[in-house]
Amino acid sequence: MTIILTSLVFAALLGAILALIIGTAAKAFAVESDPRIETVTDMLPGANCGGCGYAGCADFAKAIVEGVAPPSGCPVAPASDSARIAEYLGITSEEKEKMVAVVRCSGSISVTVRSPYNGVQDCRSAVLVAGGAKGCDYGCLGLASCARACPFNAIEIRDGLAVVHPELCVGCGKCVDICPKNLIVLVPASVDVHVYCNSPEKGAAKRKVCKTACIGCRKCVKASDNEEQMLIDGFLIATNYDNPPLPDLVEKAACPTTALRLASKHAAGEYEGVSK
Amino acid sequence: MPEETTASIQLPDAKKLVVSNSPHIRGGETISNIMGHVLIALAPAAAAALFFFGLAALEVMVLCTVGCVAVEEIWNKCAGRKPTWKDGSAALTGLLLAMNLSAGAPWWICLLGALLAIGLGKQIFGGLGFNPFNPALVARVALLIGFPQLMTSWVVPQAGKFMACDALTGATPLGASGAAVSSIHNLFIGNVGGCLGETSAVALIIGGIYLLMKKLIKWQVPAAFIGTVALISAVVHFFNPEMTQPPLYHILAGGLLIGAFFMATDMVTSPMTANGALIFGFGCGLITSVIRIWGGYPEGVSFSILFMNALTPLIDRSTIGKPFGYIRVKKEG
Amino acid sequence: MSNKPRKFKGGIHPYDSKALSAAKAVVNAPLLDKYTVIVHQNIGAPPELLVKKGDAVKKGALLAKAAGFVSVPLHAPTSGTVTAIDKCAGPTGISVPSIEITADGEDEWGFPFEPIADWQSAEPADLKQRVWDAGIVGMGGAGFPAHVKLSPQKPVDTLILNGAECEPYLTADHRLMLEQAEEVVLGAAILARILGLEAAIIGVENNKPDAIEALSKVAGKYNIKVQGLPVNYPQGAEKQLIYALAGREVPIGGLPMDVGCVVQNVASAVAVADAVVKGLPSIERITTVTGEPLVNPGNWRFRLGTPISKAIELAGGVKVQPAKLLLGGPMMGFAQSSLDVTVMKNTSGILLIPAEEVSQYTSEPCIRCGRCVECCPMGILPATISQAVENERFDLAAQLNVLACIECGSCSYVCPSHRPLNQHFKRAKAEIMAARRKEQKK
Repeated sequence: MTIILTSLVFAALLGAILALIIGTAAKAFAVESDPRIETVTDMLPGANCGGCGYAGCADFAKAIVEGVAPPSGCPVAPASDSARIAEYLGITSEEKEKMVAVVRCSGSISVTVRSPYNGVQDCRSAVLVAGGAKGCDYGCLGLASCARACPFNAIEIRDGLAVVHPELCVGCGKCVDICPKNLIVLVPASVDVHVYCNSPEKGAAKRKVCKTACIGCRKCVKASDNEEQMLIDGFLIATNYDNPPLPDLVEKAACPTTALRLASKHAAGEYEGVSK
Repeated sequence: MPEETTASIQLPDAKKLVVSNSPHIRGGETISNIMGHVLIALAPAAAAALFFFGLAALEVMVLCTVGCVAVEEIWNKCAGRKPTWKDGSAALTGLLLAMNLSAGAPWWICLLGALLAIGLGKQIFGGLGFNPFNPALVARVALLIGFPQLMTSWVVPQAGKFMACDALTGATPLGASGAAVSSIHNLFIGNVGGCLGETSAVALIIGGIYLLMKKLIKWQVPAAFIGTVALISAVVHFFNPEMTQPPLYHILAGGLLIGAFFMATDMVTSPMTANGALIFGFGCGLITSVIRIWGGYPEGVSFSILFMNALTPLIDRSTIGKPFGYIRVKKEG
Repeated sequence: MSNKPRKFKGGIHPYDSKALSAAKAVVNAPLLDKYTVIVHQNIGAPPELLVKKGDAVKKGALLAKAAGFVSVPLHAPTSGTVTAIDKCAGPTGISVPSIEITADGEDEWGFPFEPIADWQSAEPADLKQRVWDAGIVGMGGAGFPAHVKLSPQKPVDTLILNGAECEPYLTADHRLMLEQAEEVVLGAAILARILGLEAAIIGVENNKPDAIEALSKVAGKYNIKVQGLPVNYPQGAEKQLIYALAGREVPIGGLPMDVGCVVQNVASAVAVADAVVKGLPSIERITTVTGEPLVNPGNWRFRLGTPISKAIELAGGVKVQPAKLLLGGPMMGFAQSSLDVTVMKNTSGILLIPAEEVSQYTSEPCIRCGRCVECCPMGILPATISQAVENERFDLAAQLNVLACIECGSCSYVCPSHRPLNQHFKRAKAEIMAARRKEQKK
């Protein structure tokens, strides 16, 4: 019995002494920091994706409290959360438009000319070998570097083509940096009409290597309200994101190669096997 | 007018041409054929074990080998990886593990050893190429520490009798007191007690020569290992003959030969540079001699190899030297 | 200069497969109907186009002029009309600008240059200008403008001619040295004069004893030495060649002129001789068309712009489908995906590799066998670097001196796990150089 008692007393005493030491140390060596930083960090999503441009949520919180960054700079947090942070800190914050990523290529394996490739299964390494062994020098290689980089699993590789699911994408921009062909752009989430081609080559040359390339026929330009909604750059047409067309343009224009698509339908796979 | 029938000229189909980075040709070696050659090199020693210890030896070897392959494949399945038994490394580890066990080892020791060797020694690190320690030795040392009595009782050899032998236990040549237990002749041909792989020196030497000729191992490792042990035991024996046996005895007895030719030379866990291999062999020899002569265990080969395995990355980095054309920055003043 | 060549550490001995074409004399390829000449055929800036669609050109006419110092002009391979200025498949897999010339069948020379018969008393600067005007680049495969090499910014005391041809399968330089030994030696002498030197060495691997003999017979005329070299790939790599013949190590990131040497390929030397003494621009070269799948491998003299498909036709076509079609040698050449690529100034070989010989890369783990370390001619740790690259640790790769790698491919050749080591190093170098450029911009 005495053994148990002695052990208990000893353990309690030891615990108390250690607690005293740690407590004193915590007070004496405490780092001065604004307590609001911790609160703001908790208010942020905690994904640590780096989409704000800072090294994680805690770093971003510090920047917000210091007044260097706006609360709306977080692409993951919904607008209501950014507003809460702004309210807590007593600052005003503008709404930032939600951006999503778009992979501007529709050249899956079934519609493009490709050579068998043997080597490192990574787009950044494959591009060093014959440009990735794809007939089109500008197209998506489909080796999933972007899909692996996405912290939110928003990119799917379907039939050798990277497809972004806009409902999952938060616009952090990690995929944009990774793609060696610079195929991915961040666009306003509200725009659904895009041209899924990135090659500036002549239309006939493009068609030889990809059935769904944009051949620059300009049917979409004519079908649009001609208010500069579609921008022309030689044989490549692109959506004007400052003055975007309405989704009904896709049906009106009847793009001969299905390079003009709705992002939502493209993500759902509704353009597979449609091209002639 | 005779019609010319020219055979049509065939052009290659461009769509089937494979594109890859250079080089586009390869040398003939693959992992499986390297492992295959090492297994062939072990064959004489395995045959000798069968000859001296009979069916019990066969049981141990089969259980260990099959056990190792099974553990690896079950692990791969559970981890969602592709099967890797075809590269032969698990089978080789199994056979080497068997060589480290006595003929009297019970079946559950063999299977436990397989689990430790492949599970703890290899797969947990990521599989082939990622393990820092020699898997067979990890298992042996773990078993030795966990079951010391079982792992240090040896079977007396009965040459030529192929029946499962009774567990007639006897001492190993190195013995606890360091006194000579067997004659040099017996050590050489293998008529001594001990692990399956520690007995027949001549079979191991034949295997070692095969490995050296096929350039499958670096000669620096066995040369430095055996040389260091010989040198240290020679020096100690010269000054104090009571303390230890003469060098030839040290070389032929215990696990030195199998350790030097088959265990220390395991590619994954030994240095890649030639100078590094020399340092590695020297270190193994040094530690083995120290443990054998002054240490508590009669055999030091396993511990020394594991210890040097830990130092391998450091040895590699320090012995690569400077690349061709390195510009030496001259210190000012 | 030492008499015995120094052996560099490492190297491999692949089966050389040269027997397929080594004994076949060079055949002049017949005139084609159409030549698609690629515009950018040199390291450095692409030349500026001077012709447009519809222009009539004579053989040797100037199609494009040099755009700056590190650039060379381009000349027409035959007389005819420029029918298109378009893009065609390039040797690195990306389409490149090209000039299509439809031959008129006359093959009439325009003779843009006067022969300099008395080159021994001509000004070196004039000779160098002729080398530049003729559009000569390194014909061993690199394609570096020859005149730039001949304008070293550091003092040079050794001129080396590269006749090693260490790559398996290739025999173009071998046949050149055998059949045109006099021109090789003449070219060496002219190059020496341009550099202000009295002598030169030609390095030839010992597997070409007939070439060594042929060269030695005529070399004495101009104080040129012919040195046999041990057969070891990559003996023909610039740095290893300089080490063997001059005993000097070119510093990492440096150039041969840093150790007082200039290296030129033997084919470039012959092109120089032709440009000076005969006034001919660079419009054709000897290429080995070889490989087991071919019916009739051999060596041909092709003009620039000859499509690969025509080259394979001349070699009798294929008996079996090859696994790969390469431009260059099997160790450092480029795999092609189109038969429309055309011959350029640096196309030393057109190889068809059969399925049994071809390498298939896997991502099996490194078993640290050390074979790559043993064979690396630059003395780095390929195994560790490739593991660093797989984990995207390019800083570690830089520390391990990946920038010293000459991409010879020896490590990938010996690797039992068939790891794509060369590709890893290419990636590491690209990432490191990109990071450095970013740092400099800041």
